[in-house]
Amino acid sequence: MATATKPEPTRRDFLYLATGAVGAVGAAFAAWPFIDQMNPTSAVLALASIEVDISSIQLGQQVVFKWRGHPLFVRRRTPKEIAEARAVPVSELIDPVARNANLPDSAPATDANREFKPEWLVLVGVCTHLGCTPTVSTPQSPQGDYGGWLCHCHGSQYDTAGRVRKGPAPQNLAVPPYSFTSDTKIKVG
Amino acid sequence: MAGHSTYVPASGFERWLDSRLPIMRLMHDTMTTFPTPRNLNIWYTFGGILTFCLAVQIVTGIVLAMHYVPSADLAFNSVEGRIMREVNYGWLIRYIHANGASMFFFAVYIHMFRGLYYGSYKAPREVLWLLGVLIYVLMMATAFFGYVLPWGQMSFWGATVITSLFSALDQVIPHLGSAITTWLWGDFAVGDATLNRFFSLHYLLPFVIAGVVGLHIWALHVPGNNNPLGIDVKGPQDTLPFHPYYTVKDAFYLSLFIMLFAAFVFFAPDFFGNPDNAIQANPLVTPPDIVPEWYLLPFYAMLRSIPQKLIGVLVLVGALLTLAFIPWLDTSKVRSCRFRPLMKQCFWLLVADCVMLGYVGSQSADAALSLGGMQLPLVWLARLGTAYYYGFFWLIMPIVGLIETPKALPESIAKAVLGAKAKA
Repeated sequence: MATATKPEPTRRDFLYLATGAVGAVGAAFAAWPFIDQMNPTSAVLALASIEVDISSIQLGQQVVFKWRGHPLFVRRRTPKEIAEARAVPVSELIDPVARNANLPDSAPATDANREFKPEWLVLVGVCTHLGCTPTVSTPQSPQGDYGGWLCHCHGSQYDTAGRVRKGPAPQNLAVPPYSFTSDTKIKVG
Repeated sequence: MAGHSTYVPASGFERWLDSRLPIMRLMHDTMTTFPTPRNLNIWYTFGGILTFCLAVQIVTGIVLAMHYVPSADLAFNSVEGRIMREVNYGWLIRYIHANGASMFFFAVYIHMFRGLYYGSYKAPREVLWLLGVLIYVLMMATAFFGYVLPWGQMSFWGATVITSLFSALDQVIPHLGSAITTWLWGDFAVGDATLNRFFSLHYLLPFVIAGVVGLHIWALHVPGNNNPLGIDVKGPQDTLPFHPYYTVKDAFYLSLFIMLFAAFVFFAPDFFGNPDNAIQANPLVTPPDIVPEWYLLPFYAMLRSIPQKLIGVLVLVGALLTLAFIPWLDTSKVRSCRFRPLMKQCFWLLVADCVMLGYVGSQSADAALSLGGMQLPLVWLARLGTAYYYGFFWLIMPIVGLIETPKALPESIAKAVLGAKAKA
């Protein structure tokens, strides 16, 4: 093979590369609207916050509301359920962080970090494995071994603070951003 | 495509067309004179059957789309009310479409296991096999989108569980998985936006499949068919023209297949269906047992056998990706399992393994098998089955190919079929 001398770049080489580069950037910008249109619309975002009345919920009862298309669990815990949740050391938990949107991400998963008032547990009712709705455990109809919830889809179990105690779910049930607007009303989202 | 064309235009018009668009030449060379090994058996008719299945799904699907309403409020009634009761023959067309999906997968599984048994993925047919894997994945995506459309309980929760597989990415990069699921849903949960886009994609993907099927057939016609002996065609004495020999063979078995298909459509139209899907989607109540369609059950069992979310999802995805590596995992120079005594046993064990995984996937997550008073949790069977599935492809295939002594191969297809007197 003859020794290759590198030819000087021509005006055409430059134009070729510059056009290609501008085209690539343009294609990326043009793609974005087609990707972003899949995200929630402004109408969906506008409905993202609800206020619920919890005055009629009895001790030991769970009531399910709908928030952002998902079930929202509001459970009024009995003193026994609270005591059980508080007796568990954080070191025993699968997921040691609180998963509470009202606290910093690093907050430990103590029972106190899972609620504002010990009696009221407010949780997103979506199993953190693959999104099924876990079934609540009651003394009349126990679900699983931890007194909280059992997800029938793939067998994950949660305790009375909604913390995961048996896999495959990787995380505790999420505590949504919420606040008490009065003693009997909470605003979620 | 392979070899030179034998097409002779029969009329002035055909001569005129041939010099402008040689489409008649293409049809003639691929569907009439195409040289096909003379020993293809029943298992080779499923390619044609699958083409038929795709056509049935597209035709019935286009009709159903004329009456279906992709809206969370109206979808369920447009299927169960309008299509099933009001549209003329709507019930028939829907049952053909719904059972057609099962028949399609039934045929594709036979087609895939046939390819595995006779070594049809080996050189020079690797690209043919890869295109087949791509079609299979596209079929699963299409079937999944389609199953969501009637908007019953199983539609809704199936969509939730499958799209939530992506949330496992949260364990790799925090919030990435959740961002992807929200993007897929167009909402914070499966809802109206999700249903609309799934409908759009369910309409699109069959045409993508049709395109890849075109490439699949193209890639088939370059090396030509493999055959049950797994040896190369040596000359014209080993082949027959595709028409009429294989057109009639394909048509004969296709007609039997259509009888089976019709038996389900007319006598057991809900055989493959799940009763929970007769209840309209309810985002607040998950059915007690979520079960996917039968053709996805083995993969579902693998997912459930792993108690850790991210690893479970990786095992599921890996089981599919593994199929793409088969051409390079098999170290044997012999294609057909007819001449591979050890591989043949491992193959049938794999078939049994997939059936067993399917059974486990159909049972509830905490089910157990009673064996003489002993409780065997099914999850252990699933783990065993998953281990064998991976073991078959990643260990048995490379190792058996090296240690096995294959039986002697026949001299030629013609000799094997016509006896020793045939010219080789």
